Amino acid sequence: MTTQSETGLVESAAVAPTVGTPRHHIIIFFTLLVLLLLAPFVLYPVFVMKVLCFALFASALNLLLGFGGLLSFGHAAFFGSASYVAAHAAKVWGLNPEIAILLGVGAAALLGLGIGALAIRRQGIYFAMVTLAFAQMVYFIAVQAPFTGGEDGIQAVPRGRLFGLIDLTSDLTLYFVVLAIVVAALLGIYRIIHSPFGQVLKAIRDNEPRSISLGYKVDRYKLAVFVMSATLAGLAGATKAIVFQLSSLTDVYWSMSGEVVLMTLLGGMGTVFGPLVGAAAIVTMENYLAGFGAWVTVIQGVIFVASVMLFREGIVGVLAKWLKKPL
Amino acid sequence: MFELLGIPPQALFGQLLLGLINGSFYALLSLGLAVIFGLLNIINFSHGAQYMMGAFVAWMLMTYAGINYWWALLIVPIVVGATGVVIERVMIARLYHLDHLYGLLLTFGLALIIQGLFRNQYGVSGLPYSIPTELSGGTNLGFMFLPNYRAWVVVASAVVCFGTWFAIEKTKLGAYLRAATENPTLVGAFGINVPRMITLTYGFGVALAALAGVLAAPIYSVNPNMGADLIIVVFAVVVIGGMGSILGAILTGFGLGIVEGLTRVFYPEASSVVIFVIMALVLLVKPAGLFGRTA
Amino acid sequence: MKLPSLILATAASLLMAGTAMATDIKIGVLNDRSGVYADLSGEGSVIAARMAVEDFDAATKGIKVEIVSADHQNKPDIASTIAREWYDQDGVDMIADVPTSSAAFAVNDVTRDKNKIFMDSGAGSADLTGSKCSPNTVHWTYDTWALAHGTGSAMVQEGFKKWFFITADYAFGQALEKDTSAVVTAAGGEVVGAVRHPFPGTDFSSYLLQAQASGAQVIGLANAGGDTVNTIKQAAEFGITQAGQSLAGLLIFITDVHALGLETAQGLVLTEAFYWDLNDDTRAWSKRFAEQNGGNMPTMVHAGVYASVMHYLKAVEATGGKETAALMDWMKANPSQDPLFGEGTIRADGRHVHDMYLFKVKSPAESKGPWDYYNLMATIPAEDAFRPLAEGGCDLVK
Repeated sequence: MTTQSETGLVESAAVAPTVGTPRHHIIIFFTLLVLLLLAPFVLYPVFVMKVLCFALFASALNLLLGFGGLLSFGHAAFFGSASYVAAHAAKVWGLNPEIAILLGVGAAALLGLGIGALAIRRQGIYFAMVTLAFAQMVYFIAVQAPFTGGEDGIQAVPRGRLFGLIDLTSDLTLYFVVLAIVVAALLGIYRIIHSPFGQVLKAIRDNEPRSISLGYKVDRYKLAVFVMSATLAGLAGATKAIVFQLSSLTDVYWSMSGEVVLMTLLGGMGTVFGPLVGAAAIVTMENYLAGFGAWVTVIQGVIFVASVMLFREGIVGVLAKWLKKPL
Repeated sequence: MFELLGIPPQALFGQLLLGLINGSFYALLSLGLAVIFGLLNIINFSHGAQYMMGAFVAWMLMTYAGINYWWALLIVPIVVGATGVVIERVMIARLYHLDHLYGLLLTFGLALIIQGLFRNQYGVSGLPYSIPTELSGGTNLGFMFLPNYRAWVVVASAVVCFGTWFAIEKTKLGAYLRAATENPTLVGAFGINVPRMITLTYGFGVALAALAGVLAAPIYSVNPNMGADLIIVVFAVVVIGGMGSILGAILTGFGLGIVEGLTRVFYPEASSVVIFVIMALVLLVKPAGLFGRTA
Repeated sequence: MKLPSLILATAASLLMAGTAMATDIKIGVLNDRSGVYADLSGEGSVIAARMAVEDFDAATKGIKVEIVSADHQNKPDIASTIAREWYDQDGVDMIADVPTSSAAFAVNDVTRDKNKIFMDSGAGSADLTGSKCSPNTVHWTYDTWALAHGTGSAMVQEGFKKWFFITADYAFGQALEKDTSAVVTAAGGEVVGAVRHPFPGTDFSSYLLQAQASGAQVIGLANAGGDTVNTIKQAAEFGITQAGQSLAGLLIFITDVHALGLETAQGLVLTEAFYWDLNDDTRAWSKRFAEQNGGNMPTMVHAGVYASVMHYLKAVEATGGKETAALMDWMKANPSQDPLFGEGTIRADGRHVHDMYLFKVKSPAESKGPWDYYNLMATIPAEDAFRPLAEGGCDLVK
């Protein structure tokens, strides 16, 4: 077995890195923000919130996969455990939603630190398998532990009042809270990618031995990005628990880990906007294809095969190539 | 009479034997996966779906053509293997220069399509397929009743596994194959049609999955979801054995069947997670797997 | 992409305002269309709902009914998303079917929040009319309590007193085991052991061997779908039944028996709320159903969807509108009457009460052809078939 392909992972999507914030990124961010501010008046707000949560989740994975070069096949563990902790905190302890979400995020960060410290000792496909193995253990705990409610999950979680003041039962109010959380997190990710830290990460991704010889403590960088990614995935999961008022085994199951990888790939990994597009595409597909019954999986399968065979760089990757600009 | 951890020894023997039987399915499936990964560097996520297809094609032969189990053992791997050859030619062959991840994604998509189509056609309740009359009944071993069919499964699987290992590791053909994965250009220069060899290898790996499907049809429910969850367990078996190691996949398959069998006695709730615990431990101690060739 | 339909809906409602006589009803059939329960609910439930609308002759009574359907994949989060969207966006008035208890709980919560109506047929948990009961929910066909009592007490009465359980390790399986254990011990039986397997599983031989070693007379199968089918298949293979132990299926549908084949399933004792071959009415209806369902006979879940939609439409006609509280009051105040369940009533906790039946699966020799699978052993009268109203712990019962 050869390991040369680890770096080949992103070669297709990678476009020359730029320093500073390119103007077209600012324009895209701004347009997106305006669209998202208008979205709940045209589209169903709960649906858009779902898209936002998954966009954040996929972006968190993309930080690790696209910029750190590490494929985690167990990100559902962070997403799901944060969702359980947040749901439990809001429902059983009756805490305010912002504190519930913070507790969920904290749990995901701790879990990320533990799993990450062990997993980064391995590379490539083995790294993916170790994360998968740990995620399966988290799933096992979710099935067995009494507080998670087994396959019923934690249901009827109250949305509560933000800071004890703002009532979140209205979908529209909640929408703007979720939008604020997700936009802030996405800006944070953007900042990380374009910081010196992000540059070192990309150097490690592209050529690990060279980075070591340059004197970088590669493992620390990897662990740091792993924990960041896990924390952000946790933020997505905890927010989702409050939006949908439930957290369930679906959130920790391995197919969730697979789904978020697919979102990232479909949108274009290693691009800034790819995960957002991928998440929107897949969530929309799941929602609007639900009426097709058993054909849904066939249609999904066809789309995945097509995206591997025809546009491997992902939707945004293809666009970026076409526009000759990193997106 | 002595007891071991509260379990009488007879019962324990029975459970060990059952573990071995289950292990023979793991061995057969992980062997196919290991052959494909070791020689093509493709993670064949549609392996579970191809195992399911094996069981379904056996059922179709029986139902529509009246072809019995024994012929199915021969015909099904060829038929399903042929679909594998087509898939390799049309799609997978275009992905070799890319990362493993793309192969995984492609085969994941294929698995969704195959499972979805069978689900639409045959529903999910499962279809009946009976044990061939020659193998019905069983033998009382004293400590347990061993159905003849299960004994046959262990023997058949062991023979196929050993045969495959021998062909790849000990014959000239196997040597070409292994050389072709290391340096296709050089092997091609010797006048060997490397792409065709690779294609047939994928077909063979798929045929092994289909064979496992035929073996499973009489004892497990024949339904479109039968391979869906199995794939990640088998995947774990291959990783523990060491990706690409043929012998590793076989031995780990049998071994983990036994470990899982014992877990079912002492802590049944954990029997589905024990393999992943072992996988995490093995990878942390021995990164290339128990039998991996490269560190 | 929702805009055109929004405009259309607005236009339609403006038009409707002119002709206030007609009532527009939208029924959402939400169930499993691709997973383990797709055959026992799935498209068949949509057919059943459509048949109810036709048989009720809604069109000539001035009620316009539209039926929509979706796949919840047995996941509570998907069920909750779809239910929310149906109520908020698509103007669905009532959701029917919803197998899988975890998904049913999710729909139960959303329906109460949005003050609509949920008529469950496919889910099993007795908590739907117990600790989690809701003024907006009717649970029509069966529940774990009814199945446990039907099968458990009948077996103990026949002298099968020592039980061993093979239980799917999830809340639903555990509830089934707990309920049945209570019945068995109350009737003078004894539970000698239990084993909990991960869900879903494929190989059950290890558990069967443990059950055999326990010396129990009955092996109670507290699992469902493919797990139950595999357990029974392997029990036949390992000679469990030949060696004298009996199997009791706690949640088995006729589609499972169909999948097993009579050779394997014969002698199994089970409880159901409906069988197509019960009487002339059920035979006539089932024949019509099978013609539309690829020749496959209805399950009790399909029958429950038909009967519950029928009762709901009667309420719409009688109250002349779709005001939730009025509909629920009417449905609970008036007995239901349909060709499949005969007469029944809906209790304060939302439980629909009707006769249940104890069946024994025929041997291949007894069966006259496909789908001729059951011998009726006993009819459990409606008043004994379900958990007494006072014991459920439902807030609505004072």
